[in-house]
Amino acid sequence: MSNKHRVVITGLGVVSPNGNNVEEFESALRAGKSGIKRWDNLEKINFKGQIGGKPDISQEYKEEHLPGFIAKKLQNHAVIYACLSGLEAWKNAGLDIAPGQYDRKTGLLIGSGALGLDSFIEHKIYPIDNGDHRKLGSRSVPESMSSGAGAYLNSILGLKGRIFSNSSACITGSEAILQAFEMIQSGKMERMLCGSTEGDGRYIWGGFDAMRILCSDSNDTPEKGSRPMSATSSGFVPSGGSGAMVLETLEAAEARGAHIYAEILGGDVNSGGQQGGGSMTAQNPEAVVDCIQTAISNSGIKSSEIDLISGHLTSTKGDPYEIKNWFDALDLPKDEFPLVNTPKSMIGHCVAGAGSIELVACALQISNGFVHKNINLEEIHPDILSILDEGKFPTDTEEKEINTIIKSNFGFGDLNCCVVLRKYKK
Amino acid sequence: MNREEIKVELLKIIDPYIDEKEVTTSISEQSDLINDLNINSAHLVDIVLDIEEKFDIMIEDDFIGKMDTVGNALDIIEEKLNG
Repeated sequence: MSNKHRVVITGLGVVSPNGNNVEEFESALRAGKSGIKRWDNLEKINFKGQIGGKPDISQEYKEEHLPGFIAKKLQNHAVIYACLSGLEAWKNAGLDIAPGQYDRKTGLLIGSGALGLDSFIEHKIYPIDNGDHRKLGSRSVPESMSSGAGAYLNSILGLKGRIFSNSSACITGSEAILQAFEMIQSGKMERMLCGSTEGDGRYIWGGFDAMRILCSDSNDTPEKGSRPMSATSSGFVPSGGSGAMVLETLEAAEARGAHIYAEILGGDVNSGGQQGGGSMTAQNPEAVVDCIQTAISNSGIKSSEIDLISGHLTSTKGDPYEIKNWFDALDLPKDEFPLVNTPKSMIGHCVAGAGSIELVACALQISNGFVHKNINLEEIHPDILSILDEGKFPTDTEEKEINTIIKSNFGFGDLNCCVVLRKYKK
Repeated sequence: MNREEIKVELLKIIDPYIDEKEVTTSISEQSDLINDLNINSAHLVDIVLDIEEKFDIMIEDDFIGKMDTVGNALDIIEEKLNG
């Protein structure tokens, strides 16, 4: 271990359907505030699921927080969310906006999912089909390339280290942060701004609706639609947003006297190979268990030290299987099993944005000593209650010291990612 | 629309593309969009599109290279409006 660096979180940023920044997001998590709404345009175009979560970002808010060009000219929501959350994290870490002034050990990694399918694309596709592609202007390429969110963010920050993006479906966000962690732990980088983003609207959500995997029974009660772990879970609620973190070596953070939210101990990424029950859309349970156990052993902890599981838990029929996998992986007696929560009951599933937003929630819970509630969990799924008691799934926010959180995301393509966070101690 | 009115609209169009706001105080007809105002050359096509939309004119690709200064851009817009 001696040649590996300790890696700490020194800055947080978020744009979520229930909060436009970290302060709003934390109070929304504590209060159980839903950011899910019904969108009338989806009814007109025959969507079964007409509810979703979109961050409420006004033009004034953009102009207050972003450079004029980005605030006034860019249309891609995924890019705008990432610029907002990334800048918030950077400033929150106490770092300067000083283009070109940080050395090449400071990098940036912003993952994305269906970046080019954001609703901005209507302004790009129609001109092409009408023979007017010359009207696309200079922004259509960077606003639709997978690395576009990071590229625009770095047009503000001017960092010179590794600048890249990942794309791994629903694990994109947690994988981005884990990958940044690994680069810093190994000494390749000293500091990384990392996270992920997802836009929103009918072009991203249409494919999911066509698969019949979105919640379609709550169009009149949108805030009740996302019900992870519930007996009545009926499909996920799609949403958009972005989370970001500044990670640094402990030495770098201490040298500049930075506030430390939490330490990242380790994690793991693997795939079930779309074998053994795994497929494009389902997880191979053996691989999930292996990912969780490897993340725990990579972190140098025992499962009994975990206080809280921040699950993937999307409000589909898969939730009981996920709980079963956690139970098998942690191998603890029922009464010693950690608490379980997920922000998805409030913000829906931000797809590629989910992991980073949820890791911001984890860092806040560790740093500020609370466990946020699960809303819409009046009736826990019977298959979950056959494994664990209902007390493990808090429906009220609890103020309590949290030392260790394990966070997972699972994604299309049978991908798994797990990250372990701990309260920082010298 | 006289040249002064066109200039007011043109400067509004250019404004979001200028990163360093300190240069906006000293814009004249001689100001070079790229060299003086530090506008990213990739954004010249965006400025042309914004001009086309604002003034309801069409600026062919051949003219884009001639729009190097504020004054030359005004010449082209005036010519198109009057042509």
